[in-house]
Amino acid sequence: MDQVESESVLEQKYSRRTFIKGVIATGATASSAGYLFRGSPLLGAATVQTATERLITLNVNGQDRRVDVLPHETLAMTLRYKLGLTGTKLGCDRAECGACTVLIDGVSQYGCSMLTHQVRGRAVKTIEGLEDADTGELSVVQQAVMEEGGFQCAFCAPGFIMAMTEMIEVNPNPTREEARHALSGNLCRCADYDKILTCAMRAAELARSV
Amino acid sequence: MAKIRDMIPAFELFQPTTVEDALDLLDEHREQAWVLAGGLDSFDWFKDRVKRPSAVVDLGGIPELTGIRDVENGLEIGAMTSLTAIERDDRIRSGYGIVADAARHVATPQIRNQGTLGGNVAQDTRCWYYRSGWPCYRAGGNTCYAAAPQAMNREHCIMGRSRCVAVNPSDTAPALIAVDAKMIVESNDGPSVYDAEDFFIGPAIDITRMTVMKPRDLLTRIQIPETWANADFYYEKIRDRGSWDFQLVSVAAAFRKSGDTIEEARIAVNGVAPFPVRLDAVERLVQGTSGDESTANAAGELAIQGARPLRHNEYKVPLMRNLVRRAVRSVV
Repeated sequence: MDQVESESVLEQKYSRRTFIKGVIATGATASSAGYLFRGSPLLGAATVQTATERLITLNVNGQDRRVDVLPHETLAMTLRYKLGLTGTKLGCDRAECGACTVLIDGVSQYGCSMLTHQVRGRAVKTIEGLEDADTGELSVVQQAVMEEGGFQCAFCAPGFIMAMTEMIEVNPNPTREEARHALSGNLCRCADYDKILTCAMRAAELARSV
Repeated sequence: MAKIRDMIPAFELFQPTTVEDALDLLDEHREQAWVLAGGLDSFDWFKDRVKRPSAVVDLGGIPELTGIRDVENGLEIGAMTSLTAIERDDRIRSGYGIVADAARHVATPQIRNQGTLGGNVAQDTRCWYYRSGWPCYRAGGNTCYAAAPQAMNREHCIMGRSRCVAVNPSDTAPALIAVDAKMIVESNDGPSVYDAEDFFIGPAIDITRMTVMKPRDLLTRIQIPETWANADFYYEKIRDRGSWDFQLVSVAAAFRKSGDTIEEARIAVNGVAPFPVRLDAVERLVQGTSGDESTANAAGELAIQGARPLRHNEYKVPLMRNLVRRAVRSVV
């Protein structure tokens, strides 16, 4: 009985579709590695003495992930191209749009503008880590966004949602003006700000009622 | 402007855990070393391939550089303290509100979470000719593209130029000048202490640097003496957008009053010169007055004495005049 159950669980976990996705992802990792290393003096240079250990453990969304990180690699690059966490978007890659906002020890920062090596030993949270890992239940912010339908194209949504997640922790009872200030580090090119603020207010309301 | 490039060019990353180790690394790598604080200024340079240091020294792992401490006769802020921490610190908010206020005006919440006070004062200018890699005076070349007849120079300086017409972009710099902050710069030759006002240098002194710091130097601490605790402060930053932008012009002022009379004043303006400008003459003018309307007007006029705008930044002259006026008026 146990045997059967565990087999079905396995099957669920590694369905054919997932397996194919997995292969594609591996391929992408291999090819992007070539892309990342292109023209780099570190290409195949196992003999080069670097001051930092390349193979590090990153705590991402509550899991420890072993990953090979270049000294000059940004966190957004590692998340997207090494760990497959593409929910974190790269808009400007210049700390000027907020699409790459992630939480480092609960504090919002731009993933494009920090080195992955700077967050060793710290807890990284991305949009993928907001829902309950066991039940799949959405976070209050995600729930609020679903209810209010705050975004049009939603490219900026993961960044906004991370910023809102921090906001309701720091200030669970914001005025609309305070929410505006808390979200002033994220841009929306659809200019959907009014509805996004409504989401933020709804998220705070949901958080207070939990 | 901002283009996505594939990757920052390779460098060797060092993550020392003590100031001594950091200083040794800076000593070893000299001109090739780059000090990384919050990184918001640094990564633009790296991604654009305009600056390509071979050794990057990340200060994030040095605990002694972070935090706000009470010291004899004032407060001491570690250079790696985040702007958010400064904005929220009760001691700074209550005694030296102008510093918290200035920190709150920096860029965006995320940038303040990551950006540091040391990085904010040590950051390079935002002149886009220079930052785009044009071989200007500041970059070691022999011309200034921003002062050329066809140049776009709306954000550039109206005074203090010397070949270079860029401005200092720091929001906290004028506030630190207004409270007589001391900057503690260490190197393997020992520590040096600079008044905030002298920490920033113009192109006439050295066109390639914004501050007194040379290779091997590290800004470790910023001290705020009690002198100006609980004074009357005024801070205002004018920018194009309510978020993200650097200042067009900003003013920071501190006043010590006795009854209705201003006994002592500090007034500093940024965004008008390649360094934050302390307005000594205006301070002397307002001292001994009540900060009445005629004094405020005279202060504004005196502040802009000698201003020489470029083709597209004439607006900065009345802007600076009016901000100084408002600062003086705030006393009444």
